[in-house]
Amino acid sequence: MALKINHNLVNEEIAKTLVDICPFKAIEYHDNKLSINAGCKNCKICVKKGPAGVIELVKEEIKTINKNEWKNIVIYADIEENKVHPVTYELIGKAKELAQVINHQVHVLAIGHNLTQTVDKILHYGVDKVFIYDHEKLEHFDVERYTNIFEDFINKNKPSSILFGATNIGRSLAPRVAARFKTGLTADCTALEMKENTDLVQIRPAFGGNIMAQIINPNHRPQFCTARYKVFNAPEKTINPTGEIINCPIEDKWLKTNVEILEIINKKKEEDISESEIIIAIGRGVKSKEDFDLVFELAELLNASIGCTRPVAEAGLLNNKHQIGLSGKTVKPKLIITLGVSGAIQFTSGMKDAECIIAVNNDPAAQIFDIAHFAVFGDIYEIVPELIKIIKEGKSNV
Amino acid sequence: MNIIVCIKQVPGTSNVKVDPITGVLIRDGVQAKMNPYDLYALETSLQLKEKTNGKVTVISMGPPAALSILKEAIYMGADEGILISDRKFGGADVLATAYTISQAINTIDDVDLILTGKQTTDGDTGQVGPETAEFLNLPHFGYVTNVEVKENKIEFISNLETKIMKANITLPCLLCIDSDINTPRLPSYKRKVKFGNCEKQIKIMSFNDMEDQDETKYGLKGSATQVEKIFQPEKTTDRLVLQGTKEQMAKDLLNVLKERKFI
Repeated sequence: MALKINHNLVNEEIAKTLVDICPFKAIEYHDNKLSINAGCKNCKICVKKGPAGVIELVKEEIKTINKNEWKNIVIYADIEENKVHPVTYELIGKAKELAQVINHQVHVLAIGHNLTQTVDKILHYGVDKVFIYDHEKLEHFDVERYTNIFEDFINKNKPSSILFGATNIGRSLAPRVAARFKTGLTADCTALEMKENTDLVQIRPAFGGNIMAQIINPNHRPQFCTARYKVFNAPEKTINPTGEIINCPIEDKWLKTNVEILEIINKKKEEDISESEIIIAIGRGVKSKEDFDLVFELAELLNASIGCTRPVAEAGLLNNKHQIGLSGKTVKPKLIITLGVSGAIQFTSGMKDAECIIAVNNDPAAQIFDIAHFAVFGDIYEIVPELIKIIKEGKSNV
Repeated sequence: MNIIVCIKQVPGTSNVKVDPITGVLIRDGVQAKMNPYDLYALETSLQLKEKTNGKVTVISMGPPAALSILKEAIYMGADEGILISDRKFGGADVLATAYTISQAINTIDDVDLILTGKQTTDGDTGQVGPETAEFLNLPHFGYVTNVEVKENKIEFISNLETKIMKANITLPCLLCIDSDINTPRLPSYKRKVKFGNCEKQIKIMSFNDMEDQDETKYGLKGSATQVEKIFQPEKTTDRLVLQGTKEQMAKDLLNVLKERKFI
């Protein structure tokens, strides 16, 4: 579908209205001519909210595909040195819900070496089939080799949807395979739904702003998406798994690569806030590094980890491993206390699933209160010291 | 060494709201800027340029306003800039964007290395780099924290989930540079005076300059994904407001923490 300008309806006033209505500054009016520039994001606001009929949506002939030829939902098993990343299980949980709607099966694709035990673990999460590509040259992630394997898998099995964890591996592999099949990919989905026609409804924050977009892939298969760790829930394990294991043959020509691994070093185990049960998150309302001591003191009393928003990390006040949100970590703790956080979606999409959200901000209109369970309309510089004081009193009274 | 760096203009803030009555997107007037993650890729390229006596070309796809970030890159030290801009490229998703960028890069001779940032701050997907590599049929690697040129290959370090990998990759290739790995230099005033509007350094590429003249592969037509609707995220309905004196609020807060057994 394309946007068409009916130039005979344009006058200066109408042109000005349209120029103003476009949130992306994509409509221009020069020399009595209205035009749409490359900034157009096809949000269609000019069609829906602009002067009627001036800009209209023109349907174009689209090649349609037979969606019935593409069946089942596949999870890419995120495996590093035979350890399955738990996001894999969370995706299995989601895929089982999605598959029920359309009566598809849930399949897992595992690529690696000596995968028998690893695959056994995956089977316990109740999937229908696990496809294994096992070879010594597949022991470590190699994007060229893995993409070739994926190509073979898709050509032979024609899956409808493929879900990846948004890990460093998933974010490299998913776009590579999606581009090879010239199909759509939606990164970092925060919700997934299934239509009866097998279109995967992918929801994520969009346009860098405080809005969500619902995205579909109506004329392409397979449908690709990634989702982060701690967004979905892993299913209960089954005691007697019934899933089938399918060993897939590998051709040498798939194993060519331009990357030669020299060394693999284990990272020092560092505190990972996505594993914490209690988090205190610092926003721009906490003004200076000295003030952080106050927050650290409260964190110690509550046995909490420290998180922060992007501006705090970008200002160098905290290391970016503390950063929560779209460009940081996704967390799902039992409790998160936000201090001086305004609540841009960039941040909230990384923590909104916390079991209990306590927000402290002196601006009652702050967006963080839209998702908070407990909204504290107050000054952090007054409340935090007071809270520290009474927690300490309580402890010394015991 | 002939290096290309892909950069993008992003909104200055993330303050975009939907007007609850009209449903129209409201963006505040804060100026657009270069995606901050691209600065690390640009700095990496400038350091390599100095070491190898190379050349850096910055490429950006976007509306004419994106010229400003190409100029900024040239003031920082890049030699040339290309703005990929055409109404036909509008509304592109990851697939169409990556294809368009790959087509533009295809018109440049003897490319050795392509660098991108790890993601943008507006889309936050980090997927255009790897897709571009696939369309160019080049190897790529992500989350790269260190780059050393060794004859016809590059030795790099990549930050994986639980491991750090040191490896060689043959040239030409595409690398997505991790954030915080260097201190990006500031634009130089001297270069700004010298190059001014950069008319000689920057060229604009439109659809007609592309090798593949099939319009259905670009912009909205070339996009596989469609935005069905946009909406404001839901609000919590059962929230409890604590207000009053600081003593009252702190006491209420403590009770909440105790009730829920956090203390």
